[in-house]
Amino acid sequence: MKHAVALFFLLMSVWLLNSGHYTVLITSFGIASCLLVVWLSRRMGIVDDEALPLHLLPGLPRYLPWIVKEVVKSNLDTSRRILSLGRPDISPRLFDAPTTQHSDLGRVIYANSITLTPGTVSIRVHGTKITVHAIADAVADDLLEGEMDRRVTLLEGETE
Amino acid sequence: MANPIEVLSWVFILSGSIFVIIGGIGLLRLPDFYTRIHAAGITDTLGAWLILLGLMLHEGFSLNAAKLAMLLFFLLATGPLASHALAKAAFLRGLDPLQGRGLVDRHEVDDNA
Amino acid sequence: MTGVFAAATAAIVVCMGLTLIRSIVGPTVFDRILAVNSFGTKTVLLIALIGYLSGRPDFLDLALVYALMNFIGTIAAMKFTRFGDLAGMEDEESEELY
Repeated sequence: MKHAVALFFLLMSVWLLNSGHYTVLITSFGIASCLLVVWLSRRMGIVDDEALPLHLLPGLPRYLPWIVKEVVKSNLDTSRRILSLGRPDISPRLFDAPTTQHSDLGRVIYANSITLTPGTVSIRVHGTKITVHAIADAVADDLLEGEMDRRVTLLEGETE
Repeated sequence: MANPIEVLSWVFILSGSIFVIIGGIGLLRLPDFYTRIHAAGITDTLGAWLILLGLMLHEGFSLNAAKLAMLLFFLLATGPLASHALAKAAFLRGLDPLQGRGLVDRHEVDDNA
Repeated sequence: MTGVFAAATAAIVVCMGLTLIRSIVGPTVFDRILAVNSFGTKTVLLIALIGYLSGRPDFLDLALVYALMNFIGTIAAMKFTRFGDLAGMEDEESEELY
């Protein structure tokens, strides 16, 4: 029930922000369509912790700034590698990164964070390992140090 | 001279354009598919973020700024997913990545063979 | 301000040209899809910027729709190259990578 209410408010805010017309008639259409979507989603059984991870919210304020900082850093690094004179300064490498998350959702967040930072792309998740392609050895070693892994586990485990 | 926020928004938009162009150059310059994903990632992340942030600063606090924020969120959510899906599809279909520092030399060896 | 928008628009159009070159020379089908996906992201930015350049921020709604369509389009194109149609699961072993 908590998730259904949260989903309704989420949908409603998207609707209100996109609409821009706030007459009674049109807003009631919006409320009706949001209720319909919530009802359909509940019938499909997709309103749960995985679709709407409310339990992650407390950890986000600490994780988001860090990941943004990390993305900016790796953007600058990858740009430098692309623009280096002569040949691009790369040494691609394919490797398995271990994960310490204890749910699928946590591993998905970790894999997406890896892909989000340019220079590393997660290729496949198998078991508790993620196959990663990195643009250079230094980038790969950076990832294998595991700070991102620790932070995602922390984000996931806040209220576990 | 305009007010500082306006200037900041110029800086954001222009530096975002620079990153978009770097991503485009990388897409042409890098040697194989897997490395090109990284170049596309630059455009998808920092380039897009900076341009959208610049537009948000220009817009101020309004409904359009909220739409820009939503645009930012959608790009954030779909970008890595599409990259990952592409990489996985290519990997599972047996496209091998070039590896190691000597990869350009390997090309030369291939040419000779 | 218009100058900044115009410069950014020009930069993005140039970059779209670069991306198109990659989508034409390939060599693998994945390079082409990657290029088209990247082209789509740039289109979203271009639509937003042109909206501000011409003083009509309503264009943002189009950009929003395009951002979502681009993702779905990429997945659909990938599935199509794999299976040959969008619904079936036929597994052809002898597919063309190039």
